[in-house]
Amino acid sequence: MSDIVFTNVARNFRRDGKEFPALRDINLSVRDKEFLAIVGPSGCGKTTCLRMAAGLEFPTSGTVAVGGVRVTRPGPDRAVVFQQFALFPWKTVAENIGFGLVANGVAAAERARRVADVLKLMNLAGYESAFPHQLSGGMQQRVAIARAYVLDPQVLLMDEPFGALDAQTRVVMQEELVRLARVNPRTVLFITHAVEEAVYLADRVVVMSRRPGTIREIIDVASVRAADSWDRFEKIEDVMDQASFVHLRTHIWRLLREQQAPDDH
Amino acid sequence: MSGSVPAPATPMDARAPLDPATRWRLGLAGLVGFLALWWAVAASGLVPKAFMPSPVDVARQFARLLQEPFAGHTLQTHLLSSIGRYLMGFGLAVAVGLPLGLLMGWFRTLDAIVTPLFEGLRYVAPIAWVPFAALWFGTGIGGPTLIIFAGAFPPCVINAYRGARQVEPYLIEAARMLGLSNARMIVQVLLPAAVPSIIAGVRVSAGLGWQSLVGAELIVASSGVGYLMVKGQASISTAIVMSGMVAIGVVGLLIDVGVRQIESAVNRRRGKG
Repeated sequence: MSDIVFTNVARNFRRDGKEFPALRDINLSVRDKEFLAIVGPSGCGKTTCLRMAAGLEFPTSGTVAVGGVRVTRPGPDRAVVFQQFALFPWKTVAENIGFGLVANGVAAAERARRVADVLKLMNLAGYESAFPHQLSGGMQQRVAIARAYVLDPQVLLMDEPFGALDAQTRVVMQEELVRLARVNPRTVLFITHAVEEAVYLADRVVVMSRRPGTIREIIDVASVRAADSWDRFEKIEDVMDQASFVHLRTHIWRLLREQQAPDDH
Repeated sequence: MSGSVPAPATPMDARAPLDPATRWRLGLAGLVGFLALWWAVAASGLVPKAFMPSPVDVARQFARLLQEPFAGHTLQTHLLSSIGRYLMGFGLAVAVGLPLGLLMGWFRTLDAIVTPLFEGLRYVAPIAWVPFAALWFGTGIGGPTLIIFAGAFPPCVINAYRGARQVEPYLIEAARMLGLSNARMIVQVLLPAAVPSIIAGVRVSAGLGWQSLVGAELIVASSGVGYLMVKGQASISTAIVMSGMVAIGVVGLLIDVGVRQIESAVNRRRGKG
């Protein structure tokens, strides 16, 4: 059982000696094995939510708990996939993936087996000894996802993981992630500003207001997906063609437009 | 004409990159021009020969120093003793400076304690350490080592520190997420991430250490290129002094070429340059 529970979370930031609120009244639980996406205008604090679940930042008030345990520091049970990939440039693909296992004292034989498994799962076989700079952005993000998956984490925290990729690569990675979620379901908290990506990937989509960020609405995608059986489609464009998909997307768009700052046009 | 050589953007663009062959030719032309000018002034007889030997005289003197001992040893032996001393001082600077810089880059308290002291001391030039080094550590191995150390130490500390401070924050966050301890973080993330900066620092350090050598050897009694030059000065032989300078220049150049090789090998491995 590994859920992520935000209880009365608020977060203030300090700038020029003045405190101002960045997040307010966040009450949210990401259920066990659920894929939850947060969308919101930039600066709304969605990434801060993820970083608090990761233990890289802390709430000013309220608590964040993962699997019933209050988050106090980062750890391999809550693997993060960063927008900038955050691969170690001096390590090969295999070394990058195995690094967390080394740090956590996993024996060499088991390490090799787990790295090999995840290499295959992420379609990275054959690239074991390449260095990150020799790979495309999409391949680098595959390595970063593999590095997270190999830890067998309770939850996956993905912070705009495809934000730095070009449109075509992005689509391939989204399809890939859906496949991965079917083979190997995890509790996923996924931050994005791309509405279609959120609707395509998530079971529920949280729409946030502009700063100070609050939860504007939570949209249940899973029931629509099941009712209209999106899963029969292999390709993202076929799903995006469904009236049910278009309807959800437009609804979320409208919510976001309402949140747009007057000077944001 | 090779097709792969890019033509300059415009013939007038002084900042356009030159191809390697042209660079070599121009560099050689500069050297030959200098030697020719030197030779011409020496041959004109305007300056007494004792003060201005011609390039040929210096080359002859250089060759003689390789065969006949002067100031107790041949030039090679003097050089070897200099290099040994240099490696002591430079090695010590690297061994102390790099860990210190990395630790200062990670622990803010250590940074706050060390930085003011370090900033003050590093403006004491290596040559200014000579009297102190002679008083405290003598003219044996200790004094010269300290002076070379004084030259080579600051770039090691500064670049290891900068390298550690400039590590991308998300790399540190990724490592913390993977469960790395503080000790592992310094050795397995900070150090390798700082390597490009460290190597650049080691290169500067290697050069400054070698430059401090003559200062160090002014207080050494028995051997070394600096000692040879001091003796050459005492016997009013400009050719011997110049031979020593040539030897220092050549070895310095070789050190730099060596460190550059390491630098570009490391950068290649990381896909830069």
